[in-house]
Amino acid sequence: MKRRDFLKWGSIITGGTLFSSYLVSELLKDDEILHAVKSHTSFEKMIRVGCPSHNCGGRCLLKVYIKEGVIARIETDDRPNDSVEDPQLRACLRGRAYRQRQYHPDRLRYPMKRIGKRGEGQFERISWDEATNLMAEKLAYFKDKYGNESIYVPYGTGSYSQTNGKWSANRLMNLFGGSLGYYNSYSWACISKATPYVYGTNISGNQRQDWLNSEYIIMWGWNPSEMRDGTNSEFFLKKAKEKGAKIICIDPRMTLSAVSLADEWIPIRPGTDTALMSAMAYVMITEGIHDKDFLEKYCIGFDKSQMPPGFEQEESYKDYILGLTDKIPKTPEWAETITGIPTSNIIKIAREYATAKAAVLYQGYGMQRRAYGEQAVRGGCVLAAITGNVGISGGWASGIALQADDGGPLWNVFPMGSNPVKAQIPCFLWSEAVLRGTEMTEEEGLKGADKLNSNIKMIWAVASNAIINQHGNINRTVEIMKDESKVEFFVVQDNFLTPTAKFADLLLPACTQFETWGMEDGWKYGEELILQPKITDPPWETKSDYQICADIAEKLGLKEKFTEGKNEKEWVEELIETYRKSRFPEIPKLDEFEKSNIGVYSVPVTKPRIAFQDFRKDPEKNPLSTPSGKIEIFSSRLFEMNKPETIPAVPKYIQEWESPFGEEAKKFPLQIIGPHYMPRVHSTLANNDWLNDIFPQRVFINAIDAQERKIKNGQKIRVYNERGSLILPCRITKRILPGVVAIPQGAWWEPDKNGNDVGGSVNTLTSEKWTPLAFGNAQHTIMAEVEIYNG
Amino acid sequence: MERLAFYFDSGICSGCKTCQIACKDKNDLATSINWRRVYEVTSGDWERKGNAWISNVKAYNISMSCNHCEDPICMRSCPAKAIRRSEQGIVLIEESKCMGCKYCEWTCPYSAPQFNKSKGIMSKCNLCFDYVEKDKNPSCVDACPTRALDFGDYEKLNHKYTNKEHLYPLPSDKITNPSMIISPHKDALCEENTNAQISNMEEI
Repeated sequence: MKRRDFLKWGSIITGGTLFSSYLVSELLKDDEILHAVKSHTSFEKMIRVGCPSHNCGGRCLLKVYIKEGVIARIETDDRPNDSVEDPQLRACLRGRAYRQRQYHPDRLRYPMKRIGKRGEGQFERISWDEATNLMAEKLAYFKDKYGNESIYVPYGTGSYSQTNGKWSANRLMNLFGGSLGYYNSYSWACISKATPYVYGTNISGNQRQDWLNSEYIIMWGWNPSEMRDGTNSEFFLKKAKEKGAKIICIDPRMTLSAVSLADEWIPIRPGTDTALMSAMAYVMITEGIHDKDFLEKYCIGFDKSQMPPGFEQEESYKDYILGLTDKIPKTPEWAETITGIPTSNIIKIAREYATAKAAVLYQGYGMQRRAYGEQAVRGGCVLAAITGNVGISGGWASGIALQADDGGPLWNVFPMGSNPVKAQIPCFLWSEAVLRGTEMTEEEGLKGADKLNSNIKMIWAVASNAIINQHGNINRTVEIMKDESKVEFFVVQDNFLTPTAKFADLLLPACTQFETWGMEDGWKYGEELILQPKITDPPWETKSDYQICADIAEKLGLKEKFTEGKNEKEWVEELIETYRKSRFPEIPKLDEFEKSNIGVYSVPVTKPRIAFQDFRKDPEKNPLSTPSGKIEIFSSRLFEMNKPETIPAVPKYIQEWESPFGEEAKKFPLQIIGPHYMPRVHSTLANNDWLNDIFPQRVFINAIDAQERKIKNGQKIRVYNERGSLILPCRITKRILPGVVAIPQGAWWEPDKNGNDVGGSVNTLTSEKWTPLAFGNAQHTIMAEVEIYNG
Repeated sequence: MERLAFYFDSGICSGCKTCQIACKDKNDLATSINWRRVYEVTSGDWERKGNAWISNVKAYNISMSCNHCEDPICMRSCPAKAIRRSEQGIVLIEESKCMGCKYCEWTCPYSAPQFNKSKGIMSKCNLCFDYVEKDKNPSCVDACPTRALDFGDYEKLNHKYTNKEHLYPLPSDKITNPSMIISPHKDALCEENTNAQISNMEEI
């Protein structure tokens, strides 16, 4: 019998009782207990430190216990008076399992250079002197031969604590004459681009404590439990619920958040969010429950009566919704066919959202990492406007919702200087810049220059697994990176031999965030600064990212300029001043902060700030920074791009380029999504044994789809399309819409001899194709087929 | 005689397993041993109606460790008399007496005791008694991001939390009198939960 089979014991009736009680102290003589007590009392010290943030949505506080120089236990924030105003920053399992990462046997220990073919993963140890000489020599070579534009420090979020992470590499490159720049991100490309077209800003979020003033909250593709979209977002939602808010979750999966927080789960077909939004607008308009006064006073482009000058004859939002131009009214019945949501449910949520006194429509980011991700972003904003939920307590303007009124946390304050190379590419298009950078134009998102003088010839990836593992279409990227005539020199600086690091020509071993000084504030929300004192010395020959860059700077004759004579701790001391001058005037000096061992400086939020409050009060005096000064439901700027099929002036549902409704579905009928996963931060922690034990990498598939393919629970299955295939065990689940398959993103790519990825990185199946307006990643837009694997 | 107990609010548990990892880290457990476990219970079905998918799928979680029962069946079944219940109501395994026969694991309706391969003996939650002695909560309790766990005197907890239910598919409380109080998830009470079952066996 297995230990887990406790169910069958439910019927056993037992006899009498027999107590035998001992005081704990009586048991102290026992070995195990002695050990436990001893280990608890014999820690040399406890240090409060920010949880190593690998672009996690949370920023939490850890209590780290040291014994004989080793981290022996990790606890979390235990400040008294845990409250809504100033809640404890409780770490999740990722932080609590950190010892498994910190002391992982596979950590990179020494600088190494490649000896086999690129990508084979064969390396030999070299000295730091040799490594930094090689770096200096190569940087000088590429600068001389192709120009600074040929050198690229890519998007990478594996380390995020000022002195650790890619920012020191940017600082060094900027001192060295610059490197090709990038803009936007793999997380927020569409939402950060599209929100300002509606609101003129990305600061569209109230402080989260204000959710307690809401009557109705829609978690739309939003899963704060798993992605930790702000430490304590779940806690605030729990409190809102206790105060009587109704919470619904619209998501293809019944997520962890749906289970713990939602009163109702509305499963939706991925990529059809804008169809649902349109139908909700249809219900509101035809039933007259939209906020007409608000629309009239604060918006343009809702209907014909309020089109911007010169665009009076163009299609308004209402025209689109009622189908006046395309002859397709966006009725709930129309949306049912597309979204899979019953008409009655669509009507119900439209009514509930429109008639609630104040309601939140919180947009997750998964919906915008899709083919026309910009549309869903603008569609959400427009619903918030139609219902008058903008600029009021308990409401929510939707969009990216950076925190009012200053945009919230600063994230990175380490001074990188300015980049002498003005050319920037969208970060997702780096592989295009490798293949044909000199041909790229504004049409492919090139900014700051008319053209590039060189393709990317050298990549220096710091804390980045976004070259192989996290970029779209791994098999394509692998071919690009294998070709040494394209990227001629590839440097990876990291903690582990990640799938990206396997392709390195030179490997530089970085230490973890516990092994150097740093600090962090919230991710998207929060009113705190968390100190990250150095806990232990960097082991073997590892160094902080800052120190590695300083050593390379020395070889380039830039050491003084780079370091300004400061070590990591001295930088932190100085960077705290940045916060004193901005968000936290009363923050203690580093000395005092460190001595107190409080770990976190937080400002209680007693009166949550509301985005667009001034605009709501007086739109004439406080106009938005859109061209019209109002909320732009119709955007003249987008209209003038003259791409109505892909960039319409009002948000529209557009069938995706890979869709269950397209021809491609005949061969590849299943939609694949790559959600964030509880045990990982993107691809970081993918090698953590404790976490993999309880959250193994699997393919989640609905019982109906499994049955059609005769797949049994736990069986190994192959998921494939024209770009690649992966093999993983499956979990047959009811918690996902039929026709949709979830493969949690971030698992490490591991090809078998036939090229099947047995590590299960969803990017084996994703595409490198980008979105029309933001040039963002559309990595959730994938069709594939699944079969039993008989290998 | 005291009776220390856990409280668990299934209604707000996401199943994130932070409690489980906090326990593991505090107690230095081997990878395969989890003194606290989180069970996912799922029920319901899907039906295609025209173009729509109708679902009555429900799910909830149960986070559970040793329940430090008032009538610990493990203790009675232990041939080596290696299991004791302390004055505070903490059920403990004495390593020096344990033979690793696994009787306790088999008899415990919650399968709380687990075999420690490297030591050849049984192990289980000890309620972080070293913390409790210092007036500190067990590690799992203070770990929960949604604050779904609580700890304290059984009667006091029983008084503090009014919304209490026995959750499917836990065995009857009558077997061992577990020192565990549970507030139910809304979906744990649905009568339609006819096909409810634990759905995360591979994670346990």
